[in-house]
Amino acid sequence: MENFRNFCIIAHIDHGKSTLADRLLEHTETISNRDMQAQALDDMDIERERGITIKSHAIQMDYTHTDGKDYTINLIDTPGHVDFSYEVSRSIAACEGALLIVDATQGIQAQTISNLYLAIEHDLEIIPVINKIDMDSAMIEEVKDQIIDLVGGKREEIVLASGKTGQGIDEIMEAIISRVPSPKGNVTEPLQALIFDSTFNAYRGVIAYFRIMNGKLNKGDQVRFMNTGNEYVADEVGILKMENVAKKSIGAGNVGYIITGIKESKEIKVGDTITLAKNPCVEAIQGFEDVKPMVFAGIFPIDNDDYEDLRDSLEKLQLNDASLVYEPETSIALGFGFRCGFLGMLHLEIIQERLWREFGMSIITTVPNVSYRAYLKKGDKELIINNPQDLPDIMLMDRVEEPYIVAQIISKPEYVGSIMSLCIEKRGEIKNQVYLTESRVELTFHLPLAEIVFDFYDRLKSISRGYASFDYEITDYRKSDLVKMDIKLNGDNVDAFSSLIHRDKAQAFGRRICKKLRELLPRQQFQIAIQAAIGAKVIARETISALRKDVTAKCYGGDITRKRKLLEKQKAGKKKMRQIGSVEVPQKAFLDVLKLD
Amino acid sequence: MVEAIIREIYLRKQQKRPVETIYFGGGTPSLLSQEELNQIFAALKDCFDIAPDAEVTLEANPDDLNPEKLAELKQTSVNRLSIGVQSFAEADLLYMNRAHNAGEAIACLQNAQAAGFNQLTADLIYGTPGMTDATWQSNLQRLFDLNIPHISCYALTVEPNTALAHFIKKEKAQPVDEAQAARQFELLVSAMSANGYEHYEISNFCKPGQYSRHNTAYWQSKSYLGIGPAAHAFDGKNRSWNIANNAQYMKSIQSGKIPSETEILSETDQFNEYVMTGLRTTWGCSLARIKSWGADVEQHFLRAIVPYLDNGQMVREGDVFRLSDSGKFLSDGIISDLFMV
Repeated sequence: MENFRNFCIIAHIDHGKSTLADRLLEHTETISNRDMQAQALDDMDIERERGITIKSHAIQMDYTHTDGKDYTINLIDTPGHVDFSYEVSRSIAACEGALLIVDATQGIQAQTISNLYLAIEHDLEIIPVINKIDMDSAMIEEVKDQIIDLVGGKREEIVLASGKTGQGIDEIMEAIISRVPSPKGNVTEPLQALIFDSTFNAYRGVIAYFRIMNGKLNKGDQVRFMNTGNEYVADEVGILKMENVAKKSIGAGNVGYIITGIKESKEIKVGDTITLAKNPCVEAIQGFEDVKPMVFAGIFPIDNDDYEDLRDSLEKLQLNDASLVYEPETSIALGFGFRCGFLGMLHLEIIQERLWREFGMSIITTVPNVSYRAYLKKGDKELIINNPQDLPDIMLMDRVEEPYIVAQIISKPEYVGSIMSLCIEKRGEIKNQVYLTESRVELTFHLPLAEIVFDFYDRLKSISRGYASFDYEITDYRKSDLVKMDIKLNGDNVDAFSSLIHRDKAQAFGRRICKKLRELLPRQQFQIAIQAAIGAKVIARETISALRKDVTAKCYGGDITRKRKLLEKQKAGKKKMRQIGSVEVPQKAFLDVLKLD
Repeated sequence: MVEAIIREIYLRKQQKRPVETIYFGGGTPSLLSQEELNQIFAALKDCFDIAPDAEVTLEANPDDLNPEKLAELKQTSVNRLSIGVQSFAEADLLYMNRAHNAGEAIACLQNAQAAGFNQLTADLIYGTPGMTDATWQSNLQRLFDLNIPHISCYALTVEPNTALAHFIKKEKAQPVDEAQAARQFELLVSAMSANGYEHYEISNFCKPGQYSRHNTAYWQSKSYLGIGPAAHAFDGKNRSWNIANNAQYMKSIQSGKIPSETEILSETDQFNEYVMTGLRTTWGCSLARIKSWGADVEQHFLRAIVPYLDNGQMVREGDVFRLSDSGKFLSDGIISDLFMV
């Protein structure tokens, strides 16, 4: 076991984590040059395109060190986005060390800090690495200061590297071997293994990835998942190379996978503990949580006939992504669909995109909302409100509470003023302001989660010219003056556009939505009135005038092909429209209405 | 260029193919000299079987058509002139950046008639910013007074990525007022009808029977050849078009190759084109023809037209479906609704 090393990588998006991981895989010859493609660990297309890691991945490297000994090194890749912080915390719990990768041109970002704190809490050995040192704008000394401020240590312990040129890879390997402790555990104790990730394979079912803390797991063992209480037979166990490699047995300290014939990923929960049914360990590994989705939106098929296909697609996605939850919902405007729960806005976007990419589903997503709690006057009964339509009548309601977050923003001093204005506009309260270095300030706010769901992150980026990083954690629920705002087209309520919003924000938000819809809705043969209303009271209105002229003047020999193609394109667009009363609403309107600029 | 055009005619030589109409259009073909036109005709006669009563139209700008030029043209096979009048109001001509003035427009029409060109067609544009209904009516009246047998009237359309679109965006030119255009279309339709013109295509009107035979062929899916840069050809199933760049066109023709791209029309494309060109004309779309694409297509069509028959934008007469006057100015949306994609 002293030759095992388990580590993860903590880095901000775009700080070069995946490229550096690629270099390590090359260096240890885990992957041949022939099979190498950029971001080898990110195997979803969407991950490569967006340059982000959504799911955790793990890979085992065999490495003969300069000391002549053979080592088995497990790298557990972690997602970098706040939506997936639970997955990060489980990956961290499976390791003894962490590479802290910081971009030499950008310095430490808020996301990095929160993940770093998670790693420090778990007593991980932190190996700081400054990446991209080959760039002209690298500020190596300043970044070293930032790192020492955060994690302490000596300047000379910081590894300087470049994923691009391969510089510093030897030093990283050396640090992993000499500084990351080997796992402690006892192979003779009862099995205790932490599930840190799972994936779904169409042929094999759910594959769970685990780290064995104590004991060993053999093929054919009867295993029990301690939190769910379910028992299964280990049909196959193995280690994680570029492909899964089956083994007879995996022992304490190692990382591996198990296949038990489970068909639904709901049955496997990240953070759960695997033990043996016959000889169980005394207690489960701590820290298991049921991840609760915080952002909800309705997802509807464009064509109602595709409802069953959408259900199948969501089922399959859930096999792969257990944090996605959904239940059937009916909308007057959109017909049959599902109310889905997501970890955050990025998670929502990813699900939308995967539905389209992997299942070819054309969908409409409604205005997202956070999860509220309403209390009835009668008996102070608590109701969870994940859909604006479910808000009880105001007469029956005692109060509504909304989730609050504590947000950390790191930026440059010159942007502090604008960031504060933004947070105050978003109903935030400043809690703390700390200068990390002369040129970096950390601001801490309390904010309602609902306020960051829409355009907070984009606006933060734009007011700080990209020099702000942001992380948050949900803290509590607080009483709030919420109203339900409806959008009407020629008097017909479009339930898909309804939202729950703070009373003080309703009018401005209503105006913006009406204005945006005015841009997004195509003109039709009659006038269209767009109204935002709270109850019967109209708070904003826009009008789209009737289409009077829609005609091609010249249609001669040379015009026919071009014109036909243009009208065919129009027709294809119309097919994707939804009829709301008499008004046709394009899919784009449902998607873009929230992109308020 | 004339050399290249003649070379292309020989490259496309198809003996025994009867040719019923010839059209010189696009750019300013009235710049061609009598000799050049005759060279082209000689090549055409050499390569094709030109009908004795063929309609031969030449597009011309009013400022190109002086009495001498008209007399020269009379010596060629050209027997029909299409004159880009656009307007008789100076303000409109200025807005549209035309080289001629209102006086030249009237004079050239009179001169053409005096030179013996009885088959004349004139273009007018309406819906230009600031054009009053009275100006529009008086423009039409001038053509009625001159007894011009065929008139094309186009609603000003701001195409994306044109200079006009750019000027409107920059607020250097007035935007188009749709309500004005729609009103002037109604005026047009009733004035034409009152003066004995047949409204046979959305933008085309003629005295009884005096259709543009050439353009009608486009709308009835007849075969045509196109010669010269950017010219389109059609054989009932394939449409091809020459490269638009003059220099590249000439270079390719010199090496003996016609620089064209071809599109094969699928059954669906053919149906969509039939709906598009058919509905724009007085001949409409016939159910018999639509049935030839199969029962599915027929069912689709009969379902798609219901709302338009209900709101009166389409009418049915026996087996034939047409746009009503109220449907014509909204025809693009209706046509695309009837498309199959």
